[in-house]
Amino acid sequence: MNRTKIKLLLGNIFPQLLLILVMLIMVIFLSVASPFFLTWDNFRNVFDHSSLYIILALGMTFVISSGGVDLSVGAVAALSGVCMAVAMQNGLGVGTSILIGLAAGGLVGAANGSIISLFKINPFIVTLGFMSLARGLALIITGGIPIYGFPRAFTWWGSGHIGPLNPPMLLAAFMAALAALVLNMSRFGYYTLALGGNEEALRRSGVSIHLYKIMVYLLCGVTAALGGLIVTARLNTAEPLAGWMLEMDSIAAVVLGGTSMKGGRGSIAGTLIACLLLGILRNGLVILSIPAYYQQLLIGMIILSAVIFAEVRSRKGLASTHKKERSTAV
Amino acid sequence: MSNDAAQGKRIPYIRLRNIKKSFGHVIALDGVDLDVYPGEVMALVGDNGAGKSTLIKIISGVLNPDEGELSLNGKTFKHMTPSRAIELGISTVYQDLALVDCLDVASNIFLGREPLKACFFVDKKRMNRESEELLRRLKVSIPSVITPVEFLSGGQRQGVAVARSIKLQGRMIIFDEPTAAMGVSESARVLELIRSLGDEGFAVLVISHNLHHVFTIADCICVIRSGRLVKDFRTENTNPDQVVGFITGSNRYTEEYTEESITT
Repeated sequence: MNRTKIKLLLGNIFPQLLLILVMLIMVIFLSVASPFFLTWDNFRNVFDHSSLYIILALGMTFVISSGGVDLSVGAVAALSGVCMAVAMQNGLGVGTSILIGLAAGGLVGAANGSIISLFKINPFIVTLGFMSLARGLALIITGGIPIYGFPRAFTWWGSGHIGPLNPPMLLAAFMAALAALVLNMSRFGYYTLALGGNEEALRRSGVSIHLYKIMVYLLCGVTAALGGLIVTARLNTAEPLAGWMLEMDSIAAVVLGGTSMKGGRGSIAGTLIACLLLGILRNGLVILSIPAYYQQLLIGMIILSAVIFAEVRSRKGLASTHKKERSTAV
Repeated sequence: MSNDAAQGKRIPYIRLRNIKKSFGHVIALDGVDLDVYPGEVMALVGDNGAGKSTLIKIISGVLNPDEGELSLNGKTFKHMTPSRAIELGISTVYQDLALVDCLDVASNIFLGREPLKACFFVDKKRMNRESEELLRRLKVSIPSVITPVEFLSGGQRQGVAVARSIKLQGRMIIFDEPTAAMGVSESARVLELIRSLGDEGFAVLVISHNLHHVFTIADCICVIRSGRLVKDFRTENTNPDQVVGFITGSNRYTEEYTEESITT
């Protein structure tokens, strides 16, 4: 009984352990290669930059665990940033404006989920549509011109200080803890995984799969809007083209973290570690003054090897465990 | 228990009268009457396309009949819906569609009915404990209730699916080809489980092509042919050859003769 437990646990966290190992190797290598890497200021930089990716990737972890994908998050981040800016321009308070931005993100997410679930259309196509739609709206609202100059209470969310840390970091940490609790321990989390595992079984047990699917995409829309808050506040500018390719970065982090693209398996810890790993990688490349173009190349290679590794492992590893479990059982 | 009840005055768990269903020009069911009793395992046999699956789909509410009615608990319905069927205690154990592979055994048994603590967290401990008790009662042996279902064998999966039906307050359990694609020892376990459900007082309806299995577990056998219920037997009053005769239709016009030949 206890052995099964330990075996299952080890099997589950193996990809994350491997990521930590890779991260440690990178840290050691970069510390030796550059005297600037292993300093508090630099680490603070890494955390600061990663926090945006972490927040977006958390919502994406839910969507991908449920067997879907959301390509609209980058555009939604831009749109909600623009909404907050316009609200503040029109004299609304900072808090209200932020809420309006978050609501805009949630609304796009809910629309994504509704269309995917009610019309049974591939999430890839639906969210691709909303990617274009949200970006278009952001451009229309601003007329293509960035809006800048916000109250201090707003820019605090991007560049404020809380002791040695800053709001984005704390927000990312808080959201990660919340996401881990929800995905692993709540009914919503169970159903998210069940949606990715076997939607039909969930339907037959009398659960409203439409409701839960819509909620998953709504959640992803809200995390995208939180990302929009951070970007807008950090730059003190609502830029309609902000968050370009952010969807790719967050999908990459989620997949690297061991969440299955087929759905049914998701790891918040994995997503967190993967975001930090990619953060360290970007940081390391800058410190070693490697041209930015190589970043794309290297990140692409890392994603591909992670996906291939996961696939090979799920075929070989699971097959052998399967046999063992069977033989002990019968 | 089942046999005593069967001998006395018997009240069927569900009663089907004159059920008709056609798909376009094809008549799938042509006026079927069927009573399923609690505490009894009824086997539904027939050739491919005879209408067995259509019949169980009507009972479980997946399909609506064109004509006829179903009565249950003293109420009469023109048709079922899946959620009404579940409410009334009818649950179907499907081969593949029933379980979520990536979730563990306990979560599958409680899927859709998870107990909560503090209004938010799924009460994992309680789920594990109650699942263990239930599986022990059903004599389903599974390494651990925290094993993901994808690691289980076909027989163990059936066991989990049955446990879930019972957890849904099921009192009538329908099996569609429960032993298809299963090894010998595995089938034996599943058959044992089905038999014990009958003995525990559940109304059990089994579709199977395997007459050997049918004769091991069933109290009565109903033969469906071309959408009609052509014959129903008490298992002890018949033999496989006779049943095959009715399935293929060679016994259709010699009914009198066969019955005499059996009794003598």
